[in-house]
Amino acid sequence: MRRVAITGAGTINALGHDVPTTLEAMREGRCGIGPLDIRDVDRLSIRIGAQVRDWQPETCFNRQNIALYDRFTQFTLVAAKEALAQSGLDFRGKLGLECGVVLGTAGGGVNTWDENYRTVYEEGKNRVHPFVVPKLMNNAAASHVSMEYALRGPSFTVATACASSNHAMGLAFQMVRAGAARAMVTGGAEAMLCFGGIKAWEGLRVMSKDACRPFSANRSGMVQGEGAAVFVFEDWKHAKARGAEILAEVVGFAMTSDAADIVMPNQTGAERAMTGALADAGLNPEDVGYLNAHGTGTMANDKTECAAVAHAFGHHADRLMISSTKSMHGHVIGGTGAVELLACIMALRDGVIAPTIGYEEPDPECVLDVVPNTARQKKVKAVLSNAFAFGGLNAVLALKAA
Amino acid sequence: MSVRDRVIAILAEQAVLDPAEVSPEMSLEELGIDSLGLVEAIFAIEESFDVSVPFNANEPGKSAFDITSVAAIIAAVEGLVAARA
Repeated sequence: MRRVAITGAGTINALGHDVPTTLEAMREGRCGIGPLDIRDVDRLSIRIGAQVRDWQPETCFNRQNIALYDRFTQFTLVAAKEALAQSGLDFRGKLGLECGVVLGTAGGGVNTWDENYRTVYEEGKNRVHPFVVPKLMNNAAASHVSMEYALRGPSFTVATACASSNHAMGLAFQMVRAGAARAMVTGGAEAMLCFGGIKAWEGLRVMSKDACRPFSANRSGMVQGEGAAVFVFEDWKHAKARGAEILAEVVGFAMTSDAADIVMPNQTGAERAMTGALADAGLNPEDVGYLNAHGTGTMANDKTECAAVAHAFGHHADRLMISSTKSMHGHVIGGTGAVELLACIMALRDGVIAPTIGYEEPDPECVLDVVPNTARQKKVKAVLSNAFAFGGLNAVLALKAA
Repeated sequence: MSVRDRVIAILAEQAVLDPAEVSPEMSLEELGIDSLGLVEAIFAIEESFDVSVPFNANEPGKSAFDITSVAAIIAAVEGLVAARA
């Protein structure tokens, strides 16, 4: 089995339009959540979100491309550009035949659906733009990345709601580890902060109207974000041979299904995913210094996740740092695991543990060290990153310092 | 603006050319307009003239809408506009 190196990272999200800005915001515990600036916001009862601000697609793409790229594809391409530039890989030759793209997204081109339903239902028009289908399809972003960089190996898109990008990165890891690909471009994106996207979530009554406060007794629900993060997972020897800078090593992955409920999380399923990732990585619980929690800030998730962590880690759970960076960048849904992997890499490379901000009151059912409000300087050797999706699909990644 | 000038403007925008560079005898291929560009141009024509263009991308040859040249497209659009009036 081959070792797997991360040799490139890129992002755009509410905290920043690139990796350095995002990591600086995480170090400073900055909050990317604010009033939503979208059409018909006055008809929504949820009016906050972690939006990508000052986004001007025309500075990145030409007019024809903008007509063809939904917002989630635009975010993906921006993140991919940063990641691929950092990796220094060029896929235009033979290498591109052995490399592909696997990305996660829950909703794909939600803005495109929304705009065009508006056209036919609200405005009563009987004609839509011819690019509606190529814009909204869930694999549009993966396909455009493959076209942009001549990635001609296995490429596809994974949709497992809030675990999409962890599943995608886990599969990319397995493919490189098994030798099925030399390198994989992987991560995920989501852009559903539009009227229809928020309206659908309002229906579930799990969204907060004021802030995202994971693990805090006065939590009031989740806050949605948007954005993308993309990484290059590369065969370790290939990366070493060309003298590439290795950001971290991906060492384990596990996925489990609760087979229980379409929205409620399940402690056993979450716990099995964590212990599975540890076993796959050959790690003992005490090797892990930091865990990036799913930490949505909902009552159901936080209590279940804390209990699952306590079980999976045993006595070490008291010494483990666990934080939810969703308190800063919001819940990026299908892209959230990818954005959160940045916090994991920061912990391993820089020894900086991103905090759980908005933490106000201890919750007796969440007694773990949630790194409240302020980042911490602490060297860690290995980390886990949790993602638990609606529908009970769990995906946990394990990383080690390079 | 005449139907002719408006059709040329739509095709020129699609081809990223100046309207003055688009002449009647040119084909879509010569203009560098591919299949996706063609359906986008047809959409723009429908929006601009409030007409419905009888074009099926699976059978471009059999469609009543002639796309063999810029002149043919102009004539076809003129026909649709006349039929609408």
